[in-house]
Amino acid sequence: MQYIPNILFAVLLVAGVGYFSVNVRKLIRNIKLGIDVDRSDNKPLRLKNMLKIALGQTKMVRRPIAGFLHVIVYVGFIIINIEVLEIIIDGLFGTHRIFAPLGAVYDFLIASFEVLAFLVLITVIIFWIRRNVIKIKRFLSSEMEGWPKSDGNIILYFEVVLMLLFLTMNAADFQLQNLGADHYVKAGSFPISSWMILPFIENLSESSLVLLERTAWWLHITGILCFLNYLYFSKHLHILLAFPNTYFAKLTPNGKFPNSEAVTKEVKLMMDPDADPFAAPVETEGTEEVAKFGASDVTDLNWVQLLSAYTCTECGRCTSECPANQTGKKLSPRKIMMDTRDRLEEVGKNIDANGSFVADGKQLLGDYISNEEIWACTTCNACVEACPVSIDPLSIINEMRQYLVMEESAAPSELNNMMSNIENNGAPWPYNQMDRLNWINE
Amino acid sequence: MSEELKVPIMANCFAEGKQPEILFWVGSAGSFDDRAKKISRAFVKILNKANVEFAVLGTEESCTGDIAKRAGNEFLFQMQAITNIEVLNAYEVKRIVTCDPHSFNCLKNEYPELGGAYDVIHHTQFIDELISSGRLIVEGNTYKGKKITFHDPCYLGRANNEYSSPRNVLASTNATIVEMKRSKQTALCCGAGGAQMFKEPEKGTMDINVLRTEDALETKPNIIATGCPYCNTMLTDGVKFKNKEAEVSVLDIAELIANS
Repeated sequence: MQYIPNILFAVLLVAGVGYFSVNVRKLIRNIKLGIDVDRSDNKPLRLKNMLKIALGQTKMVRRPIAGFLHVIVYVGFIIINIEVLEIIIDGLFGTHRIFAPLGAVYDFLIASFEVLAFLVLITVIIFWIRRNVIKIKRFLSSEMEGWPKSDGNIILYFEVVLMLLFLTMNAADFQLQNLGADHYVKAGSFPISSWMILPFIENLSESSLVLLERTAWWLHITGILCFLNYLYFSKHLHILLAFPNTYFAKLTPNGKFPNSEAVTKEVKLMMDPDADPFAAPVETEGTEEVAKFGASDVTDLNWVQLLSAYTCTECGRCTSECPANQTGKKLSPRKIMMDTRDRLEEVGKNIDANGSFVADGKQLLGDYISNEEIWACTTCNACVEACPVSIDPLSIINEMRQYLVMEESAAPSELNNMMSNIENNGAPWPYNQMDRLNWINE
Repeated sequence: MSEELKVPIMANCFAEGKQPEILFWVGSAGSFDDRAKKISRAFVKILNKANVEFAVLGTEESCTGDIAKRAGNEFLFQMQAITNIEVLNAYEVKRIVTCDPHSFNCLKNEYPELGGAYDVIHHTQFIDELISSGRLIVEGNTYKGKKITFHDPCYLGRANNEYSSPRNVLASTNATIVEMKRSKQTALCCGAGGAQMFKEPEKGTMDINVLRTEDALETKPNIIATGCPYCNTMLTDGVKFKNKEAEVSVLDIAELIANS
């Protein structure tokens, strides 16, 4: 009978971590639906970028208030997780505060967890106020209505509950230590819970305190496991994916758009004076699919772009810097990323249900992202520069333009005029190539 | 402009067996747009003054294809690029300077993979180089007491991380340089990029160039300086829209230096 809690804990842990890993596998499978792109080059620089941008939060603090608050929650999250290690060992082996023999170090650790938990609590409340009371503009765009708004708040509620449970557990433990209760070794230092929570529970009996401490302990670890499993369904995935995303982000200048190799092949062939225009197409081994120019669905994007879609935490810094968005156009770079994720999830569920993807008559372009959004972009890179986790929404926009122009011939008519001018006379305006030097004498 | 400009043509230089120090890529805007042609002339004036041996491709130059690429027409871009690269390589061009950040970005970043690797610089970088090496001396106090604000072109700034050269050049004029509230990495686009120059904007509440002009006017400048022919057009239109053309002029850095 005495092992029941241990068994229960092990079951809870296996279930929590198990379900999470099932979803992580799904996540990786979905990301791999993207086309391949080689990002194995320049590992030292990639590592440096990851350490600087993801671990070091250098781009977060470009907006000092949000950045500073975020650093608190981030540091709190990482440090307090050391405590989770102790909880897991205690849970599995029926020990209590297994690290207590560390003595002064343990006191310091517990005290710092408490201080951080308190700071996180305050910060999370400020975050909630920013979202729901001050109503900062970038949290209110149309793409944030419904689930994305709730998601943002649910994360904050989760954190409040987890921090309060942690402090309650400590306060009850502290009081039990004071009462000299069995099992409750004198360990730890409780600078926050001793004044914040303790006064409310001081008069409880020993048995009630044990019940309170155990309840808070169990709910806390259960809450953490729930939160872990919530990640896959939430924008909060960024706490994990910010690392690979900053690592695999493009290293070339922002202004450099990739040159399509499929197009290069065609162009070289066209311009080759030895090419026989009437030659039958070369039979390639197997049935090689004809290359599709540009992207109209998630499977036309590369895996880094899909990883980015899952990484996006919907902070809206991109959208708030976007010139088109600021002047009332429909384009929102954040929405491009959110739509990409939503469509990818839809494709993933389709595969789950059917074994492999069964055409559903839908695609990212048209059913999620409109042509109007795609054509409003000035390719100014403000969104790319603003993203704290190195997401590049512009690359998706440009690939959709490529699809619209090269597959659908669906460019706005003024752009078609511009392009036929370039074809005919080598300039975007209808001037004669022979007049290219007239500017000298005007 | 009555002043006689010396503009050598690459084909002639090549025939004479001369390899100029640098090729001036004029670009389509610099060749055909009335406002941008003035920038081309101002830049040549600087090159002549600093005794730079340069040449232009003239009628052998064709659109870089940059606008086509941003509009999604990768095919047309690569056709243009490969045609231009054949010409540039035939003349064994090593170094290119251009007044257009879009051409600059395209030649510098997107041509090499297609066989055209050159040392490409923007004219503000070249002017900065000419001044710091002592080849060009900015004399006089034409702009003393004037307030100048610089608008960062996206394809020079965010796209290629060049923020200091244009500011160094401006600093040489003895003018007071004032920064807009959004500058460098966070500079707002003028609204012309991504082929927007050639189409009507999508439905919205205002035009981007007006919003950017408001940023610039907030600094109460005498001059809004740019380093891009498209930004120049957009901001000139913005200043007109705000009825400020009598007080505020929009000038390219090349024009500022050529007129000093």
